[in-house]
Amino acid sequence: MAEFWDGYALPGLWIAAKIGALLIPLLLSVAYLTWFERKVMAAMQLRMGPNVVGPWGLWQPFADALKMVVKETIIPTKANPGLFLLAPMLTFMLAIIAWAVMPVGEGLVVSNINVGVLYLFAVSSLGVYGIVIAGWASNSRYAFLGALRSAAQMVSYEVSMGFVIICVLLCVGSLNLSDIVRAQETVWFVFPLLPMAVVFFISALAETNRHPFDLPEAESELVAGHLTEYSAMTFGLFFLGEYANMILMSGMTTILFLGGWLPPIDIAPLNWIPGPIWFVLKICALLFVFVWVRATFPRYRYDQLMRLGWKVFLPLSLFWVVLTAGVLVAFGWAPGAEG
Amino acid sequence: MSALVNVVRSMFLTELLSGMALTFKYMFRERKTLNYPHEKGSLSPRFRGEHALRRYPNGEERCIACKLCEAVCPALAITIESEPRDDGSRRTTRYDIDMTKCIYCGLCQEACPVDAIVEGPNFEFATETREELYYDKAKLLANGDRWESEIAANLAADAKYR
Amino acid sequence: MLIQFIVFYVFAAIVVGSAFMVIASRNPVHSVLFLILAFFNAAGLFVLAGAEFLAMTLVIVYVGAVAVLFLFVVMMLDINFVRLRQGFMHYLPLGAMLGAVLLVELLLVVGALVVAPEVETLAAPMPPVEQQSNTHALGQLLYTRYMYLFQVAGMILLVAMIGAIVLTFRVRTGVRRQSIAAQVARTRADAVEIKKVVSGAGVTEGI
Repeated sequence: MAEFWDGYALPGLWIAAKIGALLIPLLLSVAYLTWFERKVMAAMQLRMGPNVVGPWGLWQPFADALKMVVKETIIPTKANPGLFLLAPMLTFMLAIIAWAVMPVGEGLVVSNINVGVLYLFAVSSLGVYGIVIAGWASNSRYAFLGALRSAAQMVSYEVSMGFVIICVLLCVGSLNLSDIVRAQETVWFVFPLLPMAVVFFISALAETNRHPFDLPEAESELVAGHLTEYSAMTFGLFFLGEYANMILMSGMTTILFLGGWLPPIDIAPLNWIPGPIWFVLKICALLFVFVWVRATFPRYRYDQLMRLGWKVFLPLSLFWVVLTAGVLVAFGWAPGAEG
Repeated sequence: MSALVNVVRSMFLTELLSGMALTFKYMFRERKTLNYPHEKGSLSPRFRGEHALRRYPNGEERCIACKLCEAVCPALAITIESEPRDDGSRRTTRYDIDMTKCIYCGLCQEACPVDAIVEGPNFEFATETREELYYDKAKLLANGDRWESEIAANLAADAKYR
Repeated sequence: MLIQFIVFYVFAAIVVGSAFMVIASRNPVHSVLFLILAFFNAAGLFVLAGAEFLAMTLVIVYVGAVAVLFLFVVMMLDINFVRLRQGFMHYLPLGAMLGAVLLVELLLVVGALVVAPEVETLAAPMPPVEQQSNTHALGQLLYTRYMYLFQVAGMILLVAMIGAIVLTFRVRTGVRRQSIAAQVARTRADAVEIKKVVSGAGVTEGI
């Protein structure tokens, strides 16, 4: 019994506690991201945003959540019910499980696996399934067109994202996310690899189907794309998953380019602030850019989107992989070159 | 040379950045929102809102059942029936407006020779059922009584342009 | 260890079951989804075997890209399922033969290890997981011992890719293409001219 207790139960509880400590703030921040987005967008458009429910509209996310929970889940007659309900769960689950490898501070990570970057990349590349299955199972033209657009778009931008990640990995020499952050102690990768950081961020916009690449749910053409037939909590899960994905992508950008939990400069007043706070601050800054971009740019046309992905980002990122490798070898900066 | 400048400009996303700078600047501008239920915009005296049937100061209803408004109504929203009253004057026995049909064109109040039917300044008469929007004579007269001061002021303000 | 056994058998059972469902399910979209499930559980088996790099690559390449394109194509197909199934019995002997060949080959590989354990030394020695992560080990093997084979594999893929493009590419005439560079180079000065118009005089120039 003692063996069971020490061998399985206690570690299990410890892991559950860690997951809870990560998930509860995460879900709260997803809720408040919607509020933040509405407030910032409103400010940029000279409007007020939510301001009635609670002080400065702070209870608005909970009002929205309550509404989504109590509404009726409608399953269209000709839909495929199993897959129709599976799709939102899949989207939400994938957005959440990616956080298992996210180091929020020195040693503060649920699962510090060796191939963290690959895991993140794999999980984010799976996000397309929720949308494709939703589009197919809805048995609706709008949903289906949205799903097709989304599939093509996400596969296209994953390619250049992969090359950007390879650039970073060349500089680090490890697939472990904590190692990637530690490698940025002297200088954040955003400075030497600025074009790649921009490419990565723009690809992240496309990967999360955010403006200006929100063609899968372009409301002027496709009603709501893959979300057309969804209502109540099935819609809510998609929505939560989408916003959790935004936070995830910001987190990935932070870890790959903005030095994760590290302060900008390692001097007295800045390094008193604990790492997780820096991490959260950086994520917030990136999320602000997500919203800022949404408030600024009109939607891309689909062929422009494909052109940007395949004819601009792919050659550029491929070129930078070669350049990075060349520079690292030429100056002997390649990690592990000496050993 | 200018081609090179163009390449550099598009490589550094200058146009995107200038657009983003603009929205960022606007973020700190004064909000233009009117907090609607608490603050309201001003209305023109000619504003065409909810209908009302007016009375003379002595309490006599103005409408003489000439049915010009019924005839002119492009949406066929007005229904009038009339009979001579005991004192011999023509009065309506029924004056219905289907507010779900009405397009608020204002032709009824233009047509009215005695300023009986008017469109008042009230625009907040949303209801929860359609039935409540089928106005009858009693409802229209009640509207007239409630909004008389505003309606009279608006008519006076607009009189010189008519 | 017990938990590892349980997890292994769960993964293995799901792989076999969903692999069967790939060929058994009536709806091709369901087939692809079962295929994805099989990939996933195969990735789980890789992780159990300590090959997490292979597991993640399997998910990224097969689930994240290849299966998406499968799904993409299958969803858009309008197949007559009855006709599709007509030839089933006809092709059964051929399929069974292929399966048998594969089975024999697999048995030979495993059997060789059992009969003559020294064949294992023919392959490059694999460092234990504790010393070196399998990402490093894979890289070390691929880029030293198997460098040329690796390059040849890359060349074959490149040829296949170019071949696919050549086969599907056709030059269309009469297509008006957008010149993005020209559009981007256009400035406000080229496009807009602001005129002061005197009331009643009209604009005479440049229309």
